[in-house]
Amino acid sequence: MTDAIVERPIVPTEHRPDRAAHEVGHKVAPLLLTEQSHFCPGCGEPIAARTILENLVELGVAGQSVAVLGIGCYTAMASSFDIDTVQALHGRAPSVATGVKRMKPDSIVFTLQGDGDMVNEGLQEVLHTAARGESVTAILLNNGVFGETGGHMTATSVLGQRTKNTIDGRDAEYHGYPIRIADLIAQLDGVAYVARGSVHSPGAIAKTKKMVHKALQMQVERKGFSFVEILTMCPTGWFIPTIEGPQYMDDTLGQVHTMGELEVRG
Amino acid sequence: MTRRLMEGSEAIVEAAIAAGCRFFTGYPMTPFTEVLEHFSKRLPEVGGVCINAESELEAIGMTWGAAATGARAATGSVGQGLSLMQESIAEMALARVPIVVFNMSRGQSDYFQATRGGGHGDYRTIVLAPMDVSEAVELTQLAFHLADRWRNPVLVYGDFLIAHTSEAIDVQPIDFGPLPDKDWGIDGSTSGTGRSRMITSIGIGKAHSPTSGIIGHFEGIAPHLAAMQAAEARVETGFVDDADHIVVAFGTAGKFVRYVVGKMRADGVRVGYVRPITLWPFPEDAVARASEGKRAVMVFENSAGQLIDDVKISVLGRAPVIPIGGISTDASGFGVGDMYDAEVIRGRIEAVLAGQEVTS
Amino acid sequence: MKVLTRGTVTVDVEQCKGCDMCIPACPPGVLSMSREVNGRGYRFPILHPGCTGCQACQQICPDWVFEVFRYEEPIELEVPES
Repeated sequence: MTDAIVERPIVPTEHRPDRAAHEVGHKVAPLLLTEQSHFCPGCGEPIAARTILENLVELGVAGQSVAVLGIGCYTAMASSFDIDTVQALHGRAPSVATGVKRMKPDSIVFTLQGDGDMVNEGLQEVLHTAARGESVTAILLNNGVFGETGGHMTATSVLGQRTKNTIDGRDAEYHGYPIRIADLIAQLDGVAYVARGSVHSPGAIAKTKKMVHKALQMQVERKGFSFVEILTMCPTGWFIPTIEGPQYMDDTLGQVHTMGELEVRG
Repeated sequence: MTRRLMEGSEAIVEAAIAAGCRFFTGYPMTPFTEVLEHFSKRLPEVGGVCINAESELEAIGMTWGAAATGARAATGSVGQGLSLMQESIAEMALARVPIVVFNMSRGQSDYFQATRGGGHGDYRTIVLAPMDVSEAVELTQLAFHLADRWRNPVLVYGDFLIAHTSEAIDVQPIDFGPLPDKDWGIDGSTSGTGRSRMITSIGIGKAHSPTSGIIGHFEGIAPHLAAMQAAEARVETGFVDDADHIVVAFGTAGKFVRYVVGKMRADGVRVGYVRPITLWPFPEDAVARASEGKRAVMVFENSAGQLIDDVKISVLGRAPVIPIGGISTDASGFGVGDMYDAEVIRGRIEAVLAGQEVTS
Repeated sequence: MKVLTRGTVTVDVEQCKGCDMCIPACPPGVLSMSREVNGRGYRFPILHPGCTGCQACQQICPDWVFEVFRYEEPIELEVPES
């Protein structure tokens, strides 16, 4: 906890300003049915969700959007998103999204999955959906652990990462190596856009939001499969104080799952 | 009435299309492959979609998505391929997603998988078992109707014989009556309206209309299954009332038994048959009534003995239940073997009538 | 000492789960955590002079705590010599 209380004057923040001012941005992300969110303190997933929801509104496709959610902490968003939603089984979201989009070609379909859902359980699904060039956008929330079960190793956990079932740190000989899913997907011809961003700082969030914008734009322009991997913080699953989440993410996941745009079809 | 000679696989596809099926996906596997072939040719011609699935896991996932939009969607395989789909089929029953699944089985040893389900939890799927190509055309269309009526997966249990027997068929759409509007179909149109919708198997609704949650959702499944069971059992019986013995058999095996019993009746032998058309709900009452006062109830199935369980449950001691089927396949293991022979079947029935031991 | 202040925020104290991430994320460093706790036992951010209305806090907040405003005319706020 940053307890260095600086004896600086406090500006009241209960009420809106009494002098001439205009609001910028929104307190709550758009397209939400409730402000309540039951994520752990310091969780990166709602931050990532905001970048998606804001893009759907800004692209003017909110009224035709369909969310297909995998199984993980973010599954709770299924009930709070004011978006037509199909809840998929663990790992199957890209296939479900394919079926939705093939039947409703004018909808804007995106999946929301975690690293356990996509890179463990549903690796086959996302690769084949990408190879088929399905006009859907897959969004991966990668925090390098199974958050919902309390912090266990996934296929993207980095070497040395401590989890409930790699208590002394992930060891290559024993636990194998992490999969860089965005790099795998970027190899496939059916892909129009692949990028990897994160939400560990305002700057990174702004970049991620642009990536999600481009990915959804590719879908709007029917250029093929689009994919954005978003590194998110999971202090609970990393067993660290919430304040250390952003730096820990940058020092571990960020070093292996390097950020940037990997494929941008012309 | 313009009939055309076509193999069963093609007739099934024409029937599905006549019923409004506009999405299919599958992975090749004998003897299911031709169903996929015909769909992949015909669906694009009628504005539908047929995807060559990279595996049965993708297939059942894509079918889920297509059906979630309200489209009539189907998939299929053989028992082995359906094993890979069980998790999704079970969850789709809980998510109330209507799909049709074709099992072009290698014999009848997928009976348990079809009727008990290989998935998890309390769920059932209606299972329709045609005995030949013309009945397959009717039951395929009925399958889409029942799937929508109950918002539940429905299986069509075919086999090698049905897939590859050719018949002169005139496939016409069948009207099974009105169905409620599919206002639940997901298409994005209520996104951002405060009334967005959700298809989920875990029973947690949208925040704007909280459901009874997981507990209420699972509790709601039991009456749904009971209602399906009470409403949808279908059976065909023949010569049962004055028979001393009856034979229970389904599907293509049922057609052989039906023929053999007819021949024996012509020779004055008092034998009857019961042919379940729905494997689930199993026609327990019909089998129970038919077994009243009989010297024996025979079960003829192409497996090591699965249908016989349901027969025993229905007969409940009213008469001895005697298996006269067995495993019978050809050298490729794909089809049906030499047991599907009227004389062989007649011989086994006569052995029981004469009190002899039946060796399958 | 006068500090130029271009904007301000409101803090929805009860929404906050005390994750602290807004504190280092604030470019001018004008947020710090309270000593008091909200109804759920979490400390929450308090604001000091010098806010620029840049929305960094709002963007990184996982719990929708901040509204952000920009004054039509920047103001000067008094702060003690540090």
